Amino acid sequence: MNVHVQECPVAADVAPKPVRRENGQREVFCGLTGIVWLHRKIQDAFFLVVGSRTCAHLIQSAAGVMIFAEPRFATAIMEEKDLAGLTDANDELDRIVAQLIARRPEIRLLFLVGSCPSEVIKLDLSRAALRLSQKFSPAVRILNYSGSGIETTFTQGEDACLASLVPAAPPTRTSEDQLLIVGSLADVVEDQFIRLFDALGIGRVQFLPPRKASALPAIGSNTRFLLAQPFLADTARALEDRGAVRLAAPFPLGVEGTTAWLRAAADAFGVAPTLFDAVTQPHRIRADRALFRYRDQLSGRRIFLFPDSQLEIPLARFLSRELSMQLVEVGTPYLHREHLAEELGLLPDDVVLSEGQDVDLQLDRCRAARPDLVVCGLGLANPLEAEGMTTKWSIELVFTPIQGYEQATDLAELFARPLVRRAKLVA
Amino acid sequence: MQLTVWTYEGPPHVGAMRVATGMEGLHYVLHAPQGDTYADLLFTMIERRDRRPPVTYTTFSARDLGGDTAELFKTAAQNAHDRFQPQAMLVGASCTGSLIQDDPGGLARALALPIPVVAVDLPAYQRKENWGAAETFYQLVRALAGPSAPAPGTARPERAAGVRARCNLLGPTALGFRHRDDIVEITSLLAKLGIDVNVTAPMGATPADIARLGQADFNAVLYPEIAGQAASWLQRTFGQPFTKTVPIGVSATREFVAEVAKFAGVDASATLASASTRLPWYSRSVDSTYLTGKRVFIFGDASHAVAAARIASDELGFKVVGLGTYSREFGREIREAAKRYDVEPLITDDYLEVEVKVAELQPELVLGTQMERHIAKRLGVPCAVISAPVHVQDFPARYAPQMGFEGANVIFDTWVHPLMMGLEEHLLAMFKDDFEFKDGAVPSHLGAGHSTPAAGGPVQPPSNASNIAVVWAVDAEKELYKIPFFVRGKARRNTERFANENGVATITIETLYDAKAHYAR
Repeated sequence: MNVHVQECPVAADVAPKPVRRENGQREVFCGLTGIVWLHRKIQDAFFLVVGSRTCAHLIQSAAGVMIFAEPRFATAIMEEKDLAGLTDANDELDRIVAQLIARRPEIRLLFLVGSCPSEVIKLDLSRAALRLSQKFSPAVRILNYSGSGIETTFTQGEDACLASLVPAAPPTRTSEDQLLIVGSLADVVEDQFIRLFDALGIGRVQFLPPRKASALPAIGSNTRFLLAQPFLADTARALEDRGAVRLAAPFPLGVEGTTAWLRAAADAFGVAPTLFDAVTQPHRIRADRALFRYRDQLSGRRIFLFPDSQLEIPLARFLSRELSMQLVEVGTPYLHREHLAEELGLLPDDVVLSEGQDVDLQLDRCRAARPDLVVCGLGLANPLEAEGMTTKWSIELVFTPIQGYEQATDLAELFARPLVRRAKLVA
Repeated sequence: MQLTVWTYEGPPHVGAMRVATGMEGLHYVLHAPQGDTYADLLFTMIERRDRRPPVTYTTFSARDLGGDTAELFKTAAQNAHDRFQPQAMLVGASCTGSLIQDDPGGLARALALPIPVVAVDLPAYQRKENWGAAETFYQLVRALAGPSAPAPGTARPERAAGVRARCNLLGPTALGFRHRDDIVEITSLLAKLGIDVNVTAPMGATPADIARLGQADFNAVLYPEIAGQAASWLQRTFGQPFTKTVPIGVSATREFVAEVAKFAGVDASATLASASTRLPWYSRSVDSTYLTGKRVFIFGDASHAVAAARIASDELGFKVVGLGTYSREFGREIREAAKRYDVEPLITDDYLEVEVKVAELQPELVLGTQMERHIAKRLGVPCAVISAPVHVQDFPARYAPQMGFEGANVIFDTWVHPLMMGLEEHLLAMFKDDFEFKDGAVPSHLGAGHSTPAAGGPVQPPSNASNIAVVWAVDAEKELYKIPFFVRGKARRNTERFANENGVATITIETLYDAKAHYAR
């Protein structure tokens, strides 16, 4: 088990891996679903989906139906009369926003979230956001992004949301290099990383998204950013447009990924290798030791990953390198070659990658392969269990804190538990 | 536009999915973007189905919009036919699919598939889930049973002597509240009466079964929201009468038995005499005294809400203080029922409006959907679920029908369990300083691990805007705390309301008892 990242080959040295591209029925949530975690993360923001009853029903179902008394999201459901003429729809939207702000005066940031129907009828939400901002500023800032299923899959909704925040962020005030961590992380994970960066002597670390919309990070040409999530293509581009520089790294999953991710920042900020080792080594040793038990349970097991969150490639890297699992197929809804270059370089040479999906064909391949474990979306999990396969819901990987050293075993546990359950059940 | 936090019903194409998923040998090709595949998990996760719904989505994306989405639909339909080999196919569009105006019906006809293809046009921006289910079922019945319809005006042939009467059970779908168990219960009830079930539909039926609906002597409409329209058409086309009573509750079940016995020409008296249900005796038994006059708020689909109000009032001795539905199509039925209980009917699909009403009425029990369970939890009121939309825990592993005599037993248990038992209430009052019976102690059946509500009783409902602040004198507040905690919240609110209405700025012990006397009248 190699946890010393120094020896890892870098992507530039390896031949590009072949990717099977599929275009058929997808079994993936649309980008609206990102609201479910984003509204918990940015605590003074509100998300108003401008869409259909289907959108409202989707978020409700994806949110596990009624976890929260009154969540910080809602839907402006378009009706027949809104489709008749666009002026009408804009007036209606203004009325709904006024109603919402009157009802929830504590809102500081309101996202108008575009959906499939609002995109198809070309309802211009960026103009609406501008118009409404003028009306409600400075009390409420109004931004917009699209979470529509014709534009985005699942986690790409977070990308669109964060990208919309970038132009609203203030410029940096100093010329000193600053580190920005991009991508929603659980608060506990953020706090762990803050302690690590502190110990490394990397000054003020900021996060996007911030916990409070009122505390947007400052961005400028002295911003060095690390992606904490692999699905942030648009956000990275928006940051680069502001002059910020991306630090290329694998993603902070597993001991190896976390070390390499931290090292990318350490190198950029001139942290001495001895200090880096002194700070990270105790964590690496502890996490690696804790993984031992799971390596025992998972080593050699064959795993098939359906495309869902774009976390699949970093997960596959962790599973194959740190837990010695065998990758049958690694699907991803979208493969961003540049952001995943370091990850791709760490995957085995014979890995089978697929991008996009034709769910029926993919199910055929999965059934033929009879893997020990299948990672898939909620719509497929029970049917596959009924066919005798062991599954892991991919959405858990999005909702569970899995990044960083302390979470490496939690991540392994997520894959081990379904196998343990299957082994225990006799009836 | 309508501002919505939670919705009672999904879009109409989800209603069509409920019909298709309940059936066998039918496949639904839906012109929809990828996000719409979320609906699959309603069936596989919430209903815990072991198979994917028989639905193929075309999954068009933004880049397809400039190209040929119609071709995409045709390819998807052809592939679905080849792969799944269904007996019949449903085709339609979701809300976004309908905006791109590709005409799935026409495209499917152009494919000339060797099976019946039924196009369902569901106006996604006007209608909702139950309407979509009803319309889909109606279109399927017309398309598949229509060809065997007799010439208009033909009299229904007499059933030959010695042949048992046959009926269809209409309305159960996938994702329905206890539909699975209701079918079993009603089928066995009919068997006792000597009546056979010809077809149960949509649940469990194949397209071939739908085609022979006309062979039954009459129809039992179990869920009017879904089967009402189809049953009317069957009556007009095949001369089949249909039942009007939904057999939920003891009295309604008896009426249902009388209705079907009349249609079938059988004598129901032996079945009725031997019918055993514990609900009537449990309700009469002395430990149910505490149920008397319990104030109950009811909200759900129209049929379940009307049935629940009747059971609550006539069979358990509750007082119905609120009755409502999200089924606007059934507003008349709810208004009629509300008149019987002398309450204002609440017909809305706005969950926030329902919440305000529950807070205002301060019921002691809420009978509702998954939404009302949530409202009740927030307000600290006990709750039982009587209607869809529901949560995974409302698809229990055990047999738990709502219909028929066993359904009445299930209902007695389900509604009474969230309430405190009679003696338990009295013991709590008597030993309220005892460490185990202190304020905030939860009913014993909830167990030690159950979280205790905050001291001082239930969560305060949102304050009434018309109320001005009143102050409690110290001794009056002390007196208030001598009142058992489970009625203290009500006493506090009543006293404050009384003070407000009478212009009392400071509540004294006298005000407290004045209010008590006032509301006791």
